[in-house]
Amino acid sequence: MLRPAQYRPGQSRKAQYRLFAAYVVAIVGAVTGLLLAILSVADPVGFAAMRSVAQETVAPAARLTRSITGSVSGIDDSVAAYFAAGSQNQRLRAQVAEQQRQLVAASTLAEENRQMRILLKLAEQGSDAVANGYLLTSNPTSSRRLAILSIGRNAGVRAGMPVRAADGLIGRVLDAGPTTARILLLTDSDNIVPLRRASDGLPALASGSGNGELDVRTLNLASNPFRPGDILVTSGTGGVYRPNIPVAIVVRKHRDGAVARPLADPAKVDIVSVLPAYAASAAESEVRP
Amino acid sequence: MSGLAPTRIGEPPSRLRLTIVPVGSVMIASALPAILPTIAAWAWLPPLGLALFLAWRLLHPTLWPVWIGLPLGLWDDLLSGQPVGSAAGLWTLTLLAIDFIDQRTYWRGYWQDWMIAAIAMSAIMLVGARLAHPTAPASQLIRLVDLQIVVTILAYPFMVRVAAWLDSIRLLRR
Repeated sequence: MLRPAQYRPGQSRKAQYRLFAAYVVAIVGAVTGLLLAILSVADPVGFAAMRSVAQETVAPAARLTRSITGSVSGIDDSVAAYFAAGSQNQRLRAQVAEQQRQLVAASTLAEENRQMRILLKLAEQGSDAVANGYLLTSNPTSSRRLAILSIGRNAGVRAGMPVRAADGLIGRVLDAGPTTARILLLTDSDNIVPLRRASDGLPALASGSGNGELDVRTLNLASNPFRPGDILVTSGTGGVYRPNIPVAIVVRKHRDGAVARPLADPAKVDIVSVLPAYAASAAESEVRP
Repeated sequence: MSGLAPTRIGEPPSRLRLTIVPVGSVMIASALPAILPTIAAWAWLPPLGLALFLAWRLLHPTLWPVWIGLPLGLWDDLLSGQPVGSAAGLWTLTLLAIDFIDQRTYWRGYWQDWMIAAIAMSAIMLVGARLAHPTAPASQLIRLVDLQIVVTILAYPFMVRVAAWLDSIRLLRR
C-alpha cells in the first residue's frame, strides 16, 4: 500500500492548521494520559466517577450474559451426566452409605462442639455478612485481576471490605459503585494477604503470581518450612481480613517459599459474601490497589 | 434510520455511518471482555479493542485524525481496569509512531502491517502491565503478559479480517 496523501495539506492554511492542531492535541494528550496513569497511585476522583459510570453502563449486559451461560453450563452438565450413568449410580450409592455413617458421627460431634462452645462462651464473632452477591465478570484482557460484583453501595458494600465464598477468601472490595463493585481478587499480584498456617500458626504472606496461583513466603527467611498440603488461613494482621478465613492450600515448595492454590476458585463460585472490614479503620487506611 | 441507510440507488453512505462504524466497533471490542461472563484467572484474551483499533488504522491510514487514540483509549481504560490514562496515552503514541513510519516508508503490505502491529501491541501490553504494577519485578511482569502477547500477535490477522468486513458494511451502497 502506498503512502497516504493525508500529511500533505497543500496550500490551504486551514488544512495546515488543522493538521498541526491534531498533532499538538495528540502529543499533549498522550503525555497527560501517561502522567495520569503514573500518578494514578492517587486515583483522581473524577476518573473514579467516570469509571463507575462506564462500569454501570455495561453491567446490564454482563448480568444478561451471566444468566444465559449459567443455564447453558447447566445443560452441559446434565448431558454429560448421561454418560457412565450406570457405574456412577453404583459409585454414588456406596458413597451415600458411607456418608450417612459419617453424618451420624458428625452430628454427635456437632452437638459436642456446641456444648463446648457454650462452656467456653465463644461467640461467633461477626460472622454476619454485609450482603451476598455473585461475581459478574473479570476482564480477561487486563494484567490486573479485578472482578465485578453484582451489588454495590445499594447493598451496603464499601471499599476495603473482604469478600469470601463458602470455600474461602476471594479478595477485597476495591471501590463500590451504585449497583456494582470492583473486587481485587486474591490472585492479583498486588493483593498481599497476611496468612498463618492452620496447623501451627506459622505466619506468612501471600500474593498472586499472575497465573491463578499464589506465592507464599514466610516472614522468617532462614527456613522454608512449607509442605504440600498445608492449609493457610488469614491471620487477621493488618486489619482488613478477620482471622481464620480459609485461603489456600500449598501445592509445592520452591526455593524461597511455596506455591499455593486458592481454596475458592473465583471462576467456579456462585454466591460470594461481602464481610464487614475487620477493623473499622482498615477501610480508611486502605493502601493503593 | 434515514441517517444510516442510503435512500437512493448509488448514493454514497452517509457521513454518520462512515464515522460511527470504526469508532463504534472499537468501543464495542473494548467493552466485550468486560461483558464476558468468565472470571479469568490470568490474562489470556487479546486486548480486542487495541487489536481492532490498530487493524483499522493500518487498513485505513486516512480514516482517523491522530488524536483519536485519546477518547478511544480512555474508554478502554475505563472498562479494562488499567490505570486511567495508560491506554489513552499509549494508543496515541502508537498512532504517532505509525504516522512516522508512514512518512518514512514508501510502501507497506500485509506482512509489514502485521509486524508493526505485533511490535506496537507487545510494547503497549508490556508498558501497560508496568503501569498497572509499578513495583513488580521485571520477570514477574513478563510472566503476567507473555502468553497474552503471543495470543494477540497470532490473533491480529483475524482482527484485520473483522475490520475489513466492517469496512465493507461501512462503505455499502445500494
